[in-house]
Amino acid sequence: MEIFTENAGLLLDAIGTTLLMVLVAGVGSLILGVLVTVARVSPIPILRRAAFLYVQFFINVPLLALLLLAVFALPDAGLILPLLPTAIIVLTVYEAAYVAEAVRSGINTVSVGQIEASRALGLTLWQSLRLIVIPQSLRAVVQPLGNVMIALAMNTALAAVVGVVELTSRVNKINLVYAQPIEIFTGAGLAYMLIALAIGLAAGRIERKVAILR
Amino acid sequence: MSTPNTNVASYLYEVPGPRGRRRIIIGSIISALIIAGVIGAGLWQFGSRGQLDADKWTPFLDLAIWKYLGVGLLGTLQAAAIVAILGASFGTLLALGRVSKVRWLSWLCAGYIEIARTVPVLLLIYLMLFGLPQLGINFPVLWKLAIPLTLANAAVFAEIVRAGILSLPRGQAEAAFSLGLRSSQVMRLVVLPQAVRNVTPSLITQLVSLMKDTSLGFIVAFTELLYRGQVLSSFNHLLIQTYLVVTIIYLLVNGSLSGLASRLQKKPGRRRTTIASATMALPLPTPGGQSPQKAPHV
Repeated sequence: MEIFTENAGLLLDAIGTTLLMVLVAGVGSLILGVLVTVARVSPIPILRRAAFLYVQFFINVPLLALLLLAVFALPDAGLILPLLPTAIIVLTVYEAAYVAEAVRSGINTVSVGQIEASRALGLTLWQSLRLIVIPQSLRAVVQPLGNVMIALAMNTALAAVVGVVELTSRVNKINLVYAQPIEIFTGAGLAYMLIALAIGLAAGRIERKVAILR
Repeated sequence: MSTPNTNVASYLYEVPGPRGRRRIIIGSIISALIIAGVIGAGLWQFGSRGQLDADKWTPFLDLAIWKYLGVGLLGTLQAAAIVAILGASFGTLLALGRVSKVRWLSWLCAGYIEIARTVPVLLLIYLMLFGLPQLGINFPVLWKLAIPLTLANAAVFAEIVRAGILSLPRGQAEAAFSLGLRSSQVMRLVVLPQAVRNVTPSLITQLVSLMKDTSLGFIVAFTELLYRGQVLSSFNHLLIQTYLVVTIIYLLVNGSLSGLASRLQKKPGRRRTTIASATMALPLPTPGGQSPQKAPHV
């Protein structure tokens, strides 16, 4: 137990980095994912195709390969940012594909009558998307989006591989000094479970608040 | 593969009139320009650093490089196969435990599933890699990758199989019980086969995610595609080119699996629905009379 108290500062710092990544990449991927979904249902064929390819690309390519590409390879082409922002950007564009998939399945739950009614009222496409379709579809997929956010929280650990000192990386370093793997890794596992639990509870709460009872 | 534009998307707008068509054309041109601009800027950036020079790409015409990466791909497939088989078996057992009527077993399995889904795989791999050897427990390299992945994926497989079991109409199990089957037989002969068939698309999607996860073999230095790519890039110093080639290989392999999954999803349980609709259309069996004609097998 004293391992954790002795390294409290370092651990809190690391948890802070993890939470920062979850928060920024989470908000970013939600916004980007909704935009990709809008492109995917838009009447412009080229945008639909581009959004489809975007989602397919990120769903089929490992996050670790993208992280290595962005952190170690792209600087050769002069594209270089500090480490943490790079990791956050990669996480954002990666998870946005999953958000887009979830939101699209939500759009399918919006009943056709809603859309026909909005058209009958004379709303333009952009208005009916913004005011009618997207709000309802987001409400339908709160729980799936929560699962995407939990997956994002788990995926932040991969940033450790490219050198971001977040929770996983920090506990690994601490373990190399103290050599008490069971306690140290269990502690880190508990921290991740708490983060996931918090996201899950928040999703449940938001869902109860915004769910549409049909 | 064409862009799926069925269901709701087609209700969002009617067949456009002349004005709508003009707007769509303008929108198409603008978005094409933006996309082309982004791609062009990227290529220009690459080109200005000499990353598009022919001599940076010609090494990849060498067969030896493809053989070298091919061995890595085989490693990826091998690890994925092991994890898929172990994870699916363990996951099915977990799902059976989760839906069982024995209270403590159900709780135990539920607990395992929740924990395994909320702990990063990387943490488990670090434990295998750096933690357990300190205690004198050391696995071969393949298993340092396969064990954490199996532990994590089993939980996801369990959730998928459980969803399949729960989605099956109760009548199936009830009918099987009324035929005098024991509960293990009901599960094995009636419920599980149908449940698994119903969730096949999700299982394949999970297979894709599992293939992506094997790239963590990079960390334990297991010979898989990404690891080979890294070794290759430190040898030929063509970081961008090597990682791009590796990414594209992943994209092709996983993309074809995803394509299979979405094809299956479009025709869910074709065989079952035809039987169901056929039996619906049949006249009710007359008591003591002849059995209705057999449902056509598709």
